[in-house]
Amino acid sequence: MTVVNATSLQQALEALRDHPGARLVQGGTDLMVEVNFNRTTLHDVVALRRVNELKRWHIVEDSQTIHLGAGVPYAEMERSPLCHHLPALAQAARTVGSPQIRAAGSLGGNLGTCSPAGDGLPVLSALDATVHLQSLDASRDLSIHEFMLGVKKNARQPNEVIVAVTLPILDGFQGYAKVGTRNAMVISAASACVVHDAIGGTVRVALGAVAPTVVRTREAEAWLASQTNLTAPLTVSPELAREFGRRAAAECSPIDDHRSTAAYRRHAIAVLVERLLLRANDHGKSPQ
Amino acid sequence: MYRLTVNGIDHEVKDAWAGESLLYVLRERLGLPGTKGACEQGECGSCTVVMDGEAVCSCLVMAATAVDADITTVEGLSLDGEPTDVQQSFVEAGGVQCGFCTPGLIVAVHHLLDRNPNPDELAIKEAISGNICRCTGYGRIFAAVELARDQRRAMQAK
Repeated sequence: MTVVNATSLQQALEALRDHPGARLVQGGTDLMVEVNFNRTTLHDVVALRRVNELKRWHIVEDSQTIHLGAGVPYAEMERSPLCHHLPALAQAARTVGSPQIRAAGSLGGNLGTCSPAGDGLPVLSALDATVHLQSLDASRDLSIHEFMLGVKKNARQPNEVIVAVTLPILDGFQGYAKVGTRNAMVISAASACVVHDAIGGTVRVALGAVAPTVVRTREAEAWLASQTNLTAPLTVSPELAREFGRRAAAECSPIDDHRSTAAYRRHAIAVLVERLLLRANDHGKSPQ
Repeated sequence: MYRLTVNGIDHEVKDAWAGESLLYVLRERLGLPGTKGACEQGECGSCTVVMDGEAVCSCLVMAATAVDADITTVEGLSLDGEPTDVQQSFVEAGGVQCGFCTPGLIVAVHHLLDRNPNPDELAIKEAISGNICRCTGYGRIFAAVELARDQRRAMQAK
């Protein structure tokens, strides 16, 4: 078993060429659990911890988007200034593990593992993120919806590194909420992200831990758009919010497992989506 | 073979499997058993060390990827063998019962106070939310952190 500690993206890509099938590791918070419990057989590892190119982010002024390096730790997303640009991502970041985990974990790891319960993934889906992949000879951009394929399955090729995501800076409410068996240090039993694009006139909802991969509730979104004007400010009645939650929950396909039951997960999604939409409705109208 | 810098000292790690966690290497190969291991999945915080300025779970760091990192364990907090102010506060406030979680908490609290000398109750709770204690009910741990904070503040005021 070889461990390559890459110090640049180029080195990491060359290491992937020289060690076909090597596992990429960023923070290690997923991979090392597998290793510690003998759930994986490690051959070669390419560590990205020292690749500084992956730990940077910047605003792209022309498109009003944020180019967020795949190795930026969750701890940085919680803090200013990133938290102001991407409030739903900041909220999701705050729910990831403990401070120790958030100092190590990153969106690159979340995307690479592609667990249906990954806390960053519903935010990327609701924001229609673009995922940037790089190999030695090519780079390609994939929509997040094309990238996530199933339980721990994604569209990354073995010779590619997930280098960054691009996310829009939007006007309007953004919220992320999840339920689990306790309030902190918990893997989601169900999670939801609601984003209101007040200029574009859309409300976008993505759900985590209730299907093989993150679910975008496009039918519920279209239904809401047909019921009310989604250009700011929102005027959503409690009845409309409840029906929206119910319709969003109808689009997921949860299972019974060690963390929760399908019935509870569906119920929780309806409550979370209703609650987040009501928060979006109140956003800017009263003190937060 | 690879090298690790722990508490300012350069160590050679020889004949080790490359997939070993930093926790395992610290305890079993470098003779630094102050860092405790319990859950080995990042839930309990008893293995907390500071790596390049961040408090992390050493059980989730592949040791062979930590070359060139600056690692501080609980053994590295007091270089003269005397308890640090935080350790003394834990003793005085009764923040130690069985003691298993204590090294991880001590590292986490040093990390907190070094970055934020004036944490309020919420900041303290947030900072040690990744460190689980099954004995104390946390009340005396919070009191210990507040004691260390207040003593540092008093020292600064002098």
